Amino acid sequence: MLNKETDKIPTRDGFGKGLVDAGEKDERIVVLCADLAESTRCHWFKEKFPARYIELGVAEQNLVTIASGLANYGKIPFISSYAVFNPGRNNEQIRTLVSLSKLPVKIAGGHAGVSVGPDGATHQGLEDIALMRVQPNMTVLIPCDAIEARKATLAAAFYDGPVYIRLGREKTAVFTTEETPFEIGKANILRVGKDATVIGCGSLLYNALIAAEELSKDKIDVEVINCHTIKPLDAETILSSVKKTSAIVSVEEHQIMGGLGSAVAEMLAQNFPAPQELIGVRDRFGESGEAGELIEALGMGVKDIKAAIIKVIKRKK
Amino acid sequence: MSHYIHDDKIKDLELMANKIRQAIIEMLIEAGSGHTAGSLGMADIFTALYFHILNHDPKNPDWPERDRLILSNGHICPVRYAAMAYSGYFPIEELKTLRKFGSRLQGHPERNMLPGVETTSGPLGSGLGEAAGIAYGARMDGKKFRVYCAMSDAEHQSGNLWESAMFAGNNKLNNLTGIIDRNNIQISGMTENVMALEPLRAKYEAFNWHVLEVDGHNIEEFVDAVEEAKTIYEKPTVIIAHTIPGKGIPEMEFDYKWHGIAPKPEEGERFLKELRKNVE
Repeated sequence: MLNKETDKIPTRDGFGKGLVDAGEKDERIVVLCADLAESTRCHWFKEKFPARYIELGVAEQNLVTIASGLANYGKIPFISSYAVFNPGRNNEQIRTLVSLSKLPVKIAGGHAGVSVGPDGATHQGLEDIALMRVQPNMTVLIPCDAIEARKATLAAAFYDGPVYIRLGREKTAVFTTEETPFEIGKANILRVGKDATVIGCGSLLYNALIAAEELSKDKIDVEVINCHTIKPLDAETILSSVKKTSAIVSVEEHQIMGGLGSAVAEMLAQNFPAPQELIGVRDRFGESGEAGELIEALGMGVKDIKAAIIKVIKRKK
Repeated sequence: MSHYIHDDKIKDLELMANKIRQAIIEMLIEAGSGHTAGSLGMADIFTALYFHILNHDPKNPDWPERDRLILSNGHICPVRYAAMAYSGYFPIEELKTLRKFGSRLQGHPERNMLPGVETTSGPLGSGLGEAAGIAYGARMDGKKFRVYCAMSDAEHQSGNLWESAMFAGNNKLNNLTGIIDRNNIQISGMTENVMALEPLRAKYEAFNWHVLEVDGHNIEEFVDAVEEAKTIYEKPTVIIAHTIPGKGIPEMEFDYKWHGIAPKPEEGERFLKELRKNVE
């Protein structure tokens, strides 16, 4: 899993392939994009199924309103743009016309996180998990690599109801395989351990795995969970892990307010309170830079995760 | 004389529109809150739609081939609920549950609550996009039904609506007919004082729509316009229906204060008497 020779592919590529797969399986699948077909990888679907690709132009609110109508009629629409716009700019339309309306619109938020890099803060979506998980009826998926993104896209297509999928721009490590199971709402244990649980989502999970591996040399035994579904949260898997380790670190490329860490804390507070450290963006915006340097600068690097694990173990008593 | 509707049918529809207006007043008295002026102003058009224009089956509200009527400005749902009840979607008695806990008749309409409502609406400016999405999907599959979208005038102040108007014009959605309740009022005053909409016709023409204007209380004119829209092949059509807010109750007409309030019981009884007098 931690092979240095591992492929690096952006999760958006997995999404683009998943769209084509879904389109082949079901004629009801349609894809709508707001002038970003290539960078969100919808262009593969567009090339294969031109009659089922709908261009909206730079109009993200309309992305939702048109898709809501298509779903109301009987189609299964995917809507794709950058996470800052979709579900950022069009949040109320999603709330009323998708979540409250219980329509099977599949929302893809691309270029999420600071790893968007040089484009800067305006294009680095850091609030989208919070925006989506507070809406009733919404399912929230955050694939950790390109292979999982393809599976998540297919699963979303045939899941009954609204789904949000969060995707990244940067090439990131592929550390799951075609055989790794993917079931909406079922977290995967990537590594078994007893001293602390690390729960993460998205490509940052790879940093969590490296941190766990490095700490194992110091005889610290860390369990790592891939929580690809933020909602509905797999409370069962998380609780059984934390009952064993009594400490947890959450890892996400998102504001720590309202994201995965918050979801885990809300659940644990009501069921099995345990010390928790949160790795994520701390109430600030991103800025221009290279993906790797921004991850380090904003406190989400391997050394930050290791420090958080050591700290949370000390807090156990 | 219209080629599309007989004079005796028009008389019947005018009587039905009066019943719908009475039902609106009764519902709003009972609810104690709600939007009176726009609901009354659109009574003639909703009567024409439900009792003459729409190809629909109240006993089979999910019939796939039905015409779709999208109500974008969900706040005038009392007129839709009344027209639905009188055309047989649900018992007339149920109108009294409007806005009450547990009712299928939500303060703003919800598609999952009441069969036949089509969409959840209320937040303004997004109904036209939904209607255009349905029209686009229907055209992909070669369906023959038509999509109607009733909108307020003031919601044309929102950007989302113009995104959708651009989309419908660009895609030549000739199976889509917009209906604008041009009543000139909104919650805080007259539209042209709050944020001017004119020239509204020119705006739609610039977005590649076919535009018709009618007296929204003249059922014959409205029916003729809907029929003309069916003959336009290369564009969507919008019917700007000039209406009087509060139509039927002289003391309410053109008074924007009646946009978002319900009559008190004693006022309501007086209004009902006036409406009944009109059909004596």
